[in-house]
Amino acid sequence: MLNILILMATGTVLGILLRKRQDLPRRLDRAMTWSIYLLLFLLGLSIGTDQDILLQLPELGYSALVISLGGIAGSVAVARFGWRLLSGKGKGKGS
Amino acid sequence: MKSSLIILGFFCGGLLTGYAGLLPEALGRGDYSLYALYLLMFLVGIGMGADSRSLRAMRQYGIKLFLVPLFTVTGTFAGVLAVLWLLPDIGPREGLAVGAGFGYYSLSSVIISELHSSSLGVIALLSNVMREIITLLAAPLLVAGFGRIAPVVAAGATSMDTTLPVITTTAGREFAVIALLHGMVLTVLVPLLVPLILALLP
Repeated sequence: MLNILILMATGTVLGILLRKRQDLPRRLDRAMTWSIYLLLFLLGLSIGTDQDILLQLPELGYSALVISLGGIAGSVAVARFGWRLLSGKGKGKGS
Repeated sequence: MKSSLIILGFFCGGLLTGYAGLLPEALGRGDYSLYALYLLMFLVGIGMGADSRSLRAMRQYGIKLFLVPLFTVTGTFAGVLAVLWLLPDIGPREGLAVGAGFGYYSLSSVIISELHSSSLGVIALLSNVMREIITLLAAPLLVAGFGRIAPVVAAGATSMDTTLPVITTTAGREFAVIALLHGMVLTVLVPLLVPLILALLP
């Protein structure tokens, strides 16, 4: 866990140093896209070989749906309240 | 949308390959994926450092930049905790880690599957894909029922790319900048919050 945060921090410093490189964002995007492809392929692979998880899939899907609905409903509720406060105090951004 | 399909294609490709036993099983269980995640997180860090847009936005908007993302983060966490009683197998640590994907399913699912378990990684993948799809489909309803900021916060990190078009068409053009900045802040928060939640919560 700590490894990940240290790696990210090191990367951030390196990124700041490399800011002048015009070609960096494009290459970085490509490298990130391919590592995400690889990781999701491996995640799929580990699940495809795991009979237990395959049997659990409907249950995992149900959990996923409940969590996403809870997250959306909570965000919308807090934002509805918060946005009114912001717009009331601010310069009348509307709605 | 095209890239989302490719991403899901790789996941399904892995699933079928594993199921058919085409590759040695050890490949999915070894440390390869952990090293791949380390590489990815290093790249995410470089991207954060090299991206002067986020810093410029921070200088320009200051603390205000974080107000709408704050609604999304607190609302998501409160909402997830509120529905956990429906899911006896999922504790607050697991639920919040999945919620902290904020729709950024590719990154959150691979972090969670490495740092926690494949099954929670699958939940993160599905749950965050659903967040994006529900926002795409329900944006007009959200605007009608809960105001024009609703599709932005529902979209989570995707408000800067995949759901941006539907946000500007339903909430209005003037929400484009808010949505863009909101998505940028959450995109940075996902790789920080997900490991932190898994590390710090019991």
